[in-house]
Amino acid sequence: MGLDHGDHHDVPDPNGRALRLGIGGPVGSGKTALVAALCRSLGEVLRLGVVTNDIYTTEDADFLRKAGVLDPERILAVQTGCCPHTAIRDDIAANIDAVETLEERFGPLDLVIVESGGDNLTATFSRGLADRQIFVLDVSGGDKVPRKGGPGVTSADLLVINKTDLAPLVGADLTVMSRDANAVRDGRPVLFTSLREDPHAGAVAEWVMGVHAAWVAAHSHPHDHPHEHPHEHPHEHPHEGRPEPAPRS
Amino acid sequence: MGTLRSAAEALTGTGVMGASAALLLIADSRLPAGGHAHSGGAEEAVHAGAIAGPEDLARFLRGRLATAGLVAAALAAAACHLARTMATRPGTPVAPAPNGVNGGHPPPTATDDDGASPDTASLRGAAASGTAGESSRRPPEDLAAGHAARWRELDAEADARTASPAQRTASRTQGRLLVRTARRIWPSPVLDGLAAAVPDGAHHPIALGAACAAAGCPPGQAGLVAAYTSVTGPATAAVRLLGLDPVTVHRILADLAPELDRTAEAAVAAVAACRTAGPAGAEAPDPDAPQDRTARHDWSALPSWGAPALDLLAEGHLRREVRLFVS
Repeated sequence: MGLDHGDHHDVPDPNGRALRLGIGGPVGSGKTALVAALCRSLGEVLRLGVVTNDIYTTEDADFLRKAGVLDPERILAVQTGCCPHTAIRDDIAANIDAVETLEERFGPLDLVIVESGGDNLTATFSRGLADRQIFVLDVSGGDKVPRKGGPGVTSADLLVINKTDLAPLVGADLTVMSRDANAVRDGRPVLFTSLREDPHAGAVAEWVMGVHAAWVAAHSHPHDHPHEHPHEHPHEHPHEGRPEPAPRS
Repeated sequence: MGTLRSAAEALTGTGVMGASAALLLIADSRLPAGGHAHSGGAEEAVHAGAIAGPEDLARFLRGRLATAGLVAAALAAAACHLARTMATRPGTPVAPAPNGVNGGHPPPTATDDDGASPDTASLRGAAASGTAGESSRRPPEDLAAGHAARWRELDAEADARTASPAQRTASRTQGRLLVRTARRIWPSPVLDGLAAAVPDGAHHPIALGAACAAAGCPPGQAGLVAAYTSVTGPATAAVRLLGLDPVTVHRILADLAPELDRTAEAAVAAVAACRTAGPAGAEAPDPDAPQDRTARHDWSALPSWGAPALDLLAEGHLRREVRLFVS
């Protein structure tokens, strides 16, 4: 369905395709380690694909391949021309192409993770690329970072604060980080992790499974005009009041 | 009809006024079609030391425009012309503009080199399937197959003019992304037809010309956009990679503006020069052929300037371990 003239949708329907999960955050915060952890945790239960946007060549993709957490063919790297935020927010064409390539080659998939290149606090994923997004900070950037806000911290569906094992070493107060993050996130969840201590990122994986289940419930049935009555079935959407996730292009 | 005269008409007549705002949208680097990640050889030229400052960049851009830029402009103009002829309904008056934004200007259509007047309704997909364009005279499936063959012919001409395999891949990737984007922004049976004819991605200039046609831009504008993007992409890449003063670089681009206009004129003239009396090549005479305007060009006569240095840069770039741009 989707391309018939007269259809309300100008793009193919999200039904039946994989959930697209964006993972963004500053350089070195642990995005790639989180992707690897999720592949370890979810690889047995979900059909996965991964797109990396590393600023330098295919470094992240190579890291993931060496980690042996996923069939290397299921990891695609996208070059971003010095502008990682552009590739996930303003001009998502190359990432969409990579996601659809994975789905065509290995589909059907349950979850495609798009990892952004390391960027700054203002970098967020377009809703045209990611249905849900995780923003990853780490404690070594300083416990004031959540207070600074920025779209990544305030609007991501999940905020992960990583490297808690380093907190005593860098003098970061996790209580302060938690309080500041919650103050700007309007009830959206925050999870603290130490991927060094928990290489399966158990809590984050659990959150992803919940999001995936909600996605399947909302998009696995015939769904002709979702934009005309989004509030008739709010129980199907994990975030009430949010716009319908942007469908694939 | 004289080549130079028709070229001038396409650029200075209603053609340029036709879809100016759409032209700006297509030429804008913010068009979400993946162009921002291509440097057109500039990244490798920077690594190789061939571009170290503004003077080098200016020379690089001038050379690129005169070779790859001109070839891309001609191919884009040809693709735009081809797309418009596919949407042409012979003998049908040009549809009036849907609103008054053109002021006193005639509708932006009757300017192609052979006087083809695209049926804007069928170009935009508003006409009912099976009744638009030439299909009133030929079976639709026959027509679709013919159009697909025309697209592949022109795409093969682009392939023949792209010596470097790395550049071919980059061009097809950009073309695929552009067609996907353009089909959502300017839905058109012509773009659907191109996507079906070359599913792995038409070469970028072909996609650009078709997208321009779908947006209502004539061939001269398609050539202009192709010429423009052939220099603005590498210029932006050099700004990012070398930290050049962006104002200095834009001055370089402004100095190239007259040459960009001349390149677009040359592209339109090149399309006109490809026109043949009847069906191209050795096709058997077809009683319906006079209605098939798409068969009236022999694209092998399009410009074919090579740039071996750009080919080598593209190949070297692909083999480099650290690269920030796709090409």
